[in-house]
Amino acid sequence: MQIFHRSTNTISRATIYGAVFVVAALFWAAANIQRSPYVTYAGVARPQPVPFSHQHHVAGLGIDCRYCHTSVETSSFAGIPPTKTCMNCHSQIWTNAALLEPVRESYRSGKSLVWTRVNDLPDFVYFNHSIHINKGVGCNTCHGPVDRMPLMYNYASLQMEWCLDCHRAPDKYLRPRDQVFNMRYEPPASDKPVRLDGKDYTDQLALGADLIQKYKVRNPMDITTCSTCHR
Amino acid sequence: MFNLRKLALLGLLPLALAGCRQDMHDQPRFKPLAQSDFYADLRSARTPVEGTVARGQLHEDTYFYSGKIGSSAGDFMPFPVTEDVLARGRERFNIYCAPCHSRVGDGNGFIPSRGFPRKPPSYHSERLRRAPLGYFFDVITNGFGIMPDYASQIPPRDRWCIIAYIRALQLSQGATMADVPSGQKVPSEAPQFEEPGSGATLPVVAPKSANPQPEEPK
Repeated sequence: MQIFHRSTNTISRATIYGAVFVVAALFWAAANIQRSPYVTYAGVARPQPVPFSHQHHVAGLGIDCRYCHTSVETSSFAGIPPTKTCMNCHSQIWTNAALLEPVRESYRSGKSLVWTRVNDLPDFVYFNHSIHINKGVGCNTCHGPVDRMPLMYNYASLQMEWCLDCHRAPDKYLRPRDQVFNMRYEPPASDKPVRLDGKDYTDQLALGADLIQKYKVRNPMDITTCSTCHR
Repeated sequence: MFNLRKLALLGLLPLALAGCRQDMHDQPRFKPLAQSDFYADLRSARTPVEGTVARGQLHEDTYFYSGKIGSSAGDFMPFPVTEDVLARGRERFNIYCAPCHSRVGDGNGFIPSRGFPRKPPSYHSERLRRAPLGYFFDVITNGFGIMPDYASQIPPRDRWCIIAYIRALQLSQGATMADVPSGQKVPSEAPQFEEPGSGATLPVVAPKSANPQPEEPK
């Protein structure tokens, strides 16, 4: 006796065929969730003890990155300023602002402000700020438009494919050293050339190639080996 | 049957690996300036035991680290001033000093205008033009009046570079016609700016156009 109608043969074939797409779609969805801000927190401002605005201090007041992040040029760690650095100015300005009470409290008591880390690389990655700065990687190449961030968020996914994107082709991103801390730097364009050693560049790849020579950036084969970062 | 069980175990493997993953992301070691529950003050960064001298931090050259000879300020640079020293001094001055003292050192920086009780003195006053170099070093290192110390932000060599640059600023701002080499055009033309700087950046100098703007056709 025939339980199923003959048409179910077609349905079962279509189902088996369709399963390939269903599985592929699942992989696609998983890959996209893994890259999304849901996992990477890119673009998501974290709660902080004081709502410190980089926008105000950098773009509004014109304070250089290195005024607070003093060790960025010489150390692996850019440095979180001690409370005393805040008080350099805030012992005089906004001395009664309620918003700044945690800062004053920290200064009085000597207890550290507990900031929430925003750019947090996995601990199995070795990262050194100073070499990136000294080879001509701009702050905002990785950190994004910090001068337009009222609250701090990580700009990049900080995932390995993102690191490798630059390590495979640094010439697409490098800039002259004196422009590293310039938050308004624009890559060379035909109407806005970038000057290096008396020569005007209108093409990023040409500039990048010369900077690689000048700053002795090692070739992509060297800086994409596993042990460059996983050491 | 056995195969099915193995398959089920294989299915659990990703879960087990996912467990490892976060442990490896957040390893139980001290990261710079990170919090630690081990110490009472919750700081993983420790200060050295009192009296210890780290390698390379024995300050034998007292003038280099204090700007003083005995108890009075000295008036010479502890190392020769080269163009590199002045360039370094200008860069560091613009980062750490210019927010209050302004880029030319006249005391009209932006930050004091936001509500300081008084603005910093101009370097071009008679008192500071006569002040010995060591005096500036002492002020940067220990602070003066409402100016805090910058000892932790500016290493000693950079302080000296900044001081050399302050002297250069004083010379440039107090220059007279007699200081100008013959054949040099005076005064130099003031640069034209395309747009104001962001603050963290210098304003963009407008390119000098060979042809002035054509006049309106009549």
